[in-house]
Amino acid sequence: MSTTLWIIIAGAIATYLTRIGGHLVISRFENIHPRVEAGLNAVPAAVLTTLVAPAALTAGPAEWAALIVTALVSLRGGLMAMFLAGAAVLILARQFVG
Amino acid sequence: MSVEAISEKSAKSDFWDGVRLSMPVVVASAPFALLFGAIAVDNGFSVLEAFLMSALVFGGASQMVGIELFGQHVAPWLIVLSIFAVNFRHVLYSAGIGRRIAHWPLFQQAIGYFILTDPQFAVAERKAEAGETVGFAWYLGLGLPVYVFWVIESALGAVFGKLIPNTHALGIDFLLPIYFLGLVLGFRKRPLWLPVVVASAAASIIAYKTVGSPWHVSIGAVAGVLLAVILPPHHSGVEAKP
Repeated sequence: MSTTLWIIIAGAIATYLTRIGGHLVISRFENIHPRVEAGLNAVPAAVLTTLVAPAALTAGPAEWAALIVTALVSLRGGLMAMFLAGAAVLILARQFVG
Repeated sequence: MSVEAISEKSAKSDFWDGVRLSMPVVVASAPFALLFGAIAVDNGFSVLEAFLMSALVFGGASQMVGIELFGQHVAPWLIVLSIFAVNFRHVLYSAGIGRRIAHWPLFQQAIGYFILTDPQFAVAERKAEAGETVGFAWYLGLGLPVYVFWVIESALGAVFGKLIPNTHALGIDFLLPIYFLGLVLGFRKRPLWLPVVVASAAASIIAYKTVGSPWHVSIGAVAGVLLAVILPPHHSGVEAKP
């Protein structure tokens, strides 16, 4: 087998380990400590924020406008409405400010 | 929705409920799949290898990093380690989602963890938070279209990569941050939401500027989670169990 194929297979195994590893570790404990549970409850907001914050910081006016509109729509609308509104503003704003 | 109403709904309609929710993810990830395929071939992968990497790894950012390092002729073990580092955030998802899908048969759980991506985790957590059961049919409906489109589009990108025009005007490089912001805001009713978001945002930005990508993701995530762990439980809405 080629080196490339080995890299792909090893990368796939490493990735699957991250996807199943947290569960395998946590499931060993019979009772989850309240602080651990609080930590787990914080996971979605914590991780997803790191995928937005640096991107927002290094972006420009068009991207900021899109994020603001996304935030406003998310107060009322569903996931799809907020995504489409944000995307529409982004495309529109980039026609003007690049 | 009551438990009875959920059990009466057929698995088929659950599946299609999931498919409906997967559509923004399919749209937002399409450009990245095409781009990945194009870059992969550009960096010395064959079309089949690009296809295989998407089918087996199924993690956009890690694939991009892997292919970039491959193009720079970095040692193979370092490429694999980098893929692991970029994907390390999934450990947290895995620990979180385990509570929601523990009632599935083992084989279904194995598949569930394989398609555990950022949006998959977030949307499933939203459902669980609303007090609804996360069923396998629904979860598969949410994840399968994303997977199938991701793999097909990667191959298409590898075949037709050089035909992709300048994508900036269409905004596709920024669609995922928009989608992720919507997901973050969807969790705003959780206890400690604002402090966690502020801590993760600050830590990830500082790490991004100092340590660099992709470590800012893990560092920022750990900062937010640690804050929730450290603050007294009565702030976090989790009752101590007797």
